[in-house]
Amino acid sequence: MEVGIVGYGAYVPRHRIKVEEIAKVWGADAPSYKRGLMLREKSVPAPDQDTITMSVEAGRHAIHRADVDPAEIGAIYIGSESHPYAVKPSGTVVAEALGATPDIHCADFEFACKAGSEGMFVALSMVKAGQMDYALGIGADTSQGAPGDALEYSASAGAAAFLFGRKDLVAVCEETHSFMTDTPDFWRREYQFYPRHAGRFTGEPAYFKHITGCARALLEKSNTKPEDFRWAVFHQPNGKFPMKVGQGLGFTKDQLEQGWLSPTLGNTYSGSSPMGLAAILDVAQPGDRIFMVSYGSGAGSDGFIWRVTDRISSVQPQAPHTRAQLEDRPIYIDYGTYAKFRGKIRKLGE
Amino acid sequence: MIGSARYWREVPQRYRYEAAKCVKCGEVFFPPRLVCNGCGGREFTKQTLEPNGSVETFTIIQVAPTGFEDQAPYAVGVIKLDDGVKLTAQIVDCDPESLAVGDRVRLEFRRVQQDGESGILCYGYKFVPVAK
Repeated sequence: MEVGIVGYGAYVPRHRIKVEEIAKVWGADAPSYKRGLMLREKSVPAPDQDTITMSVEAGRHAIHRADVDPAEIGAIYIGSESHPYAVKPSGTVVAEALGATPDIHCADFEFACKAGSEGMFVALSMVKAGQMDYALGIGADTSQGAPGDALEYSASAGAAAFLFGRKDLVAVCEETHSFMTDTPDFWRREYQFYPRHAGRFTGEPAYFKHITGCARALLEKSNTKPEDFRWAVFHQPNGKFPMKVGQGLGFTKDQLEQGWLSPTLGNTYSGSSPMGLAAILDVAQPGDRIFMVSYGSGAGSDGFIWRVTDRISSVQPQAPHTRAQLEDRPIYIDYGTYAKFRGKIRKLGE
Repeated sequence: MIGSARYWREVPQRYRYEAAKCVKCGEVFFPPRLVCNGCGGREFTKQTLEPNGSVETFTIIQVAPTGFEDQAPYAVGVIKLDDGVKLTAQIVDCDPESLAVGDRVRLEFRRVQQDGESGILCYGYKFVPVAK
């Protein structure tokens, strides 16, 4: 029995900040950051946007494309490291707004940047197990980087939602694999506002080891090679890493570029590779195969192989495309506005 | 700031834009009413509002009420939705000075209020401009 994606959608906030604007505040060299990280700008959530609001918008796009009654959705799983409440699920608000309550299972997931693909994996597995006809997996984040830290140049905001089912598929899931070890490369302790990371340790022993380990196992399990795929997408903590890991595995720039959003989007954490997948589905043709591997610090990767069906062309125009949102009338803000939007300024009495 | 119970009662309207349509005369009410003020009818069906509309009129709030101070200046407008229903809400993601009557807008799900640093977060609808 085939299972896979029935509908998909993404959401990108309209505010942006350029690398130069952040660099000038901290006396950093913008050209070297832009060259080193391959980043030009990043999305910024407005003060009235968070993981819940972006999940609702992405979820509405996914349900609209699927043309499914929301009441038939059996589960909603939202992966994020910026759930607005410490105690109270994001999923209750999102499910209520989508019209999917009350007969629905709900859980919020956390696993740094791979919480979104975790939600997708569990939603897909629930459908595959026959527990329900439809399940919604969402990755969304309004991630924070400490002022002056390298993360401040990349931590951005966005969401992607995928409705999984067994009929009227737009992409069949051909194979999955998960790969995980205990690797302390990035973390945030209870009550801390900003995460910490282990600098260069986040590279080879963390990001590259886990994505490569997951990708190689996925290729072996599915008996495929990089040239068997039309598209590939990997987690995008910056612009450089996904290109490096993809090309290291044998994928070409042509396979990687459509889902490579980070140079102008930044790192949307739990939304990162899922949003890349949404951007690929926006242009994919029937029969295309897509290779996807996420990464979350701590650390682990989820891998998926998707095969696009004939139905894709009818659902693509039903909701805004990911890259169209990325390019739609960006509102550039200065660092002062950014600091206000992101709650970096503490006012009297707060 | 509204309390949890009142906020919760308004979830169908705040989250899903659910209006009531009079079975007898077809008038649509948002928020729903118990008695139609057009024909006196008491039977209604649920109707979800159209998400797109046009700015009928708007004002720019310079001196904001408690809880909204950080957002000033911001726009609040009366929007005529494509199904004819008129809604009052904030218009965001724009320079308020650049708004004009007749601009096309659509509903988006946003955080509307929050009860300080530890209270509930209140979500609902705002309007955002659509590309011309």
